[in-house]
Amino acid sequence: MKLKILSAALGAVAFGAVSSASAATLDDIKAKGFVQCGVSQGLAGFSNPDDKGNWTGLDVDLCRGVAAAVFGSGDKVKFTPLSAKERFTALQSGEIDILSRNTTWTMSRDTQLGLNFAGVNYYDGQGFMVRKELKVSSALELSGASVCTNTGTTTELNVADYFRSNKLDYEIVAFEKADEVVSAYDAGRCDVFTTDQSGLAAQRLKLTNPADHVVLPEIISKEPLGPVVRQGDDQWFNIVKWVHNAMINAEELGVTQANVGEMMGSDNPAIKRLLGTEGAFGEKLGLGNDWAANVIKAVGNYGETFERNVGPNTQLKLPRGVNSLWSKGGLQYAPPIR
Amino acid sequence: MAVQEVTSAQEAPKVALFNDPKIRSWIFQIVLIAVIAWALWGMISNAAINLEKQGIAGGFGFLSNEAGFAINFSPFIDYSETSSYGTVFGVGLQNTLVIAFFGIFFATILGFALGVARLSTNWIINRMAYVYVEVLRNIPLLLQIFIWYKGVLALLPTPKNSIDMGVFGAMNVKAYFAPKPVFAEGAGSVAIALLVAIIISVLVAKWAKKRQMATGQRFPVLWTVLGLIFLLPLITYFIVGQPLSFEYPTVGRFGPRGGMPVPPEFTALLLALTTYTATFIAEIVRAGILAVSRGQTEASYALGLRPGQTLRLNIIPQAMRVIIPPLTSQYLNLTKNSSLAVAIAYPDLTSVFAGTALNQTGQAVEILLMTMITYLALSIITSMFMNWYNAKMSLVER
Ligand SMILES: N[C@@H](CCC(=O)N[C@@H](CS)C(=O)NCC(=O)O)C(=O)O
Repeated sequence: MKLKILSAALGAVAFGAVSSASAATLDDIKAKGFVQCGVSQGLAGFSNPDDKGNWTGLDVDLCRGVAAAVFGSGDKVKFTPLSAKERFTALQSGEIDILSRNTTWTMSRDTQLGLNFAGVNYYDGQGFMVRKELKVSSALELSGASVCTNTGTTTELNVADYFRSNKLDYEIVAFEKADEVVSAYDAGRCDVFTTDQSGLAAQRLKLTNPADHVVLPEIISKEPLGPVVRQGDDQWFNIVKWVHNAMINAEELGVTQANVGEMMGSDNPAIKRLLGTEGAFGEKLGLGNDWAANVIKAVGNYGETFERNVGPNTQLKLPRGVNSLWSKGGLQYAPPIR
Repeated sequence: MAVQEVTSAQEAPKVALFNDPKIRSWIFQIVLIAVIAWALWGMISNAAINLEKQGIAGGFGFLSNEAGFAINFSPFIDYSETSSYGTVFGVGLQNTLVIAFFGIFFATILGFALGVARLSTNWIINRMAYVYVEVLRNIPLLLQIFIWYKGVLALLPTPKNSIDMGVFGAMNVKAYFAPKPVFAEGAGSVAIALLVAIIISVLVAKWAKKRQMATGQRFPVLWTVLGLIFLLPLITYFIVGQPLSFEYPTVGRFGPRGGMPVPPEFTALLLALTTYTATFIAEIVRAGILAVSRGQTEASYALGLRPGQTLRLNIIPQAMRVIIPPLTSQYLNLTKNSSLAVAIAYPDLTSVFAGTALNQTGQAVEILLMTMITYLALSIITSMFMNWYNAKMSLVER
């Protein structure tokens, strides 16, 4: 898989298949009939295949939303599981149309990889997990510890910064595959498991005894996670950005998966613009005017996808916290549709 | 080639310049090289243009940028998070060379032992070697790496219950904490003593050979050499006041720390590469020995050589000529197979440079190019050395 992607990338840059990869992604997608979405290799709550092979999760729902905006159905999407290391190459080479895989928006990724971040669908930060029996209560007590993490992530950079600036001694053990990280930590190879807080909550479920472990209070970084597209195709960039915005606006306006049909008859002008009963906003994206209505029908608004996939009533039990709407004291804020 | 020989053999008749086969072949070669160079240049410049169009950073400037991530294994190169990507390349290469060196060393010993055992007349030894070779040769290497890593080393006790091995350090699931040698002043003279011992040994061996040629008298070279190499440094060691001590792991909050930790990723990879490659070497050695005809042994016996001498002076030197070429390709295989390190977090060149550094910088083209050229260079150097050795070992007629 990795080789295939890399050679595709090399081939693409060396022999110039690039123009087709960067321009008119929407036309290509319409022609092939589905959206190709890059996801994780299995991270509960974000992108995870169930026992029937159906992908679910917050990141998956964003892709389904995009598919619904284009095709009117959230099922016209195929998923490519990618390790942290493979993900950007897969997007650059055109193997996938959108990368929605708990990926942190950083300046270097935004400016050096030929990619664009289309928004933030989960505001996160990096944390540490240790065994309870070690009786560690703060990350500052971790001097001399072995730390397991994934290669090719912001995680391995943050952990280096944190331990170095706090003058703590440590050993890093960095695996490519997320499952290897979990099993090495579980086997005792490492004293500490570090990744995004949401990732800790999800990967913890894979441990033999999740209750034997504790997440330390320190949050050592900002990890705004969001969808990524190739640079140079503004239309496709806009579509992904506005699908995400529409989901947030829908929550703000009280439009849900259950009431979207009924809301079509609403005379609130903001709802009318969102659902396409007034104006031609979809057309300007190259889509139908009911694009956002289709997104909500397929996956619901942002709050609904949050509650369904990662919220307090799921296995992950993540509080809404900073991911609440701005009007409720959180950071989720979308520009208006007008 | 053939054409050239023909023309130079007989006086070449005067022909038009263009029809001169020698000049013609030169022209064709130059044209071919030009076409290849043009195609390569086209690919490279096209890649550069496309990368720029896609907004992907390019060039080799990143090599001096700070890497920012840690690497847990770097026996010789000083590496920290603030080191550059260029240093990351060095560390990756170092780790590949270290694993390849130890892998080749142990696989050769084990392989030769197994190869000889396969020819043993002792039924049990013979069958055991046979079963070993057949089983390990047919299990995919990646699987064997995982078996060692997850099935064996991951089952070692937790840091709290570490196995205390006294003077040999301690061992647990996190690492084997070997005692770390600490050299004090005077250690250099021990090294010099060793060097001197080696030089004297070489001279003694040369002299002994010459004398045997001339007079037929034999000299106990092996014992002299062993004595020299052990005793000279040892005596120096005591004279300069024992400049070597060992630093042992101490117990910290997270179990033993300090000493010279050997991570299980290294051990697992080394064990898997050694035991796997040894099976192929065993078969090569067996074939090599079988290739020396039985008559050679009989002739040696007839000349009054003892079995040990027969093996050492007659059979092995002849078998080596058959063994070396395929052995070379096993060494190359081992080196390349070491890149499976990626699977278990051993920071070799592929994992840490073509992996982590590639991902953090996004400069796939430059990094893959450097990695490919490096592996190619390693292969070429190994084959060159083995070719030289092969030429040295080949039949010299007197
Ligand atoms: N947000 C970080 C880390 C992302 C990451 O790869 N995290 C791991 C650990 S939670 C992961 O998602 N693994 C799941 C997988 O690879 O399938 C980044 O973008 O670099």
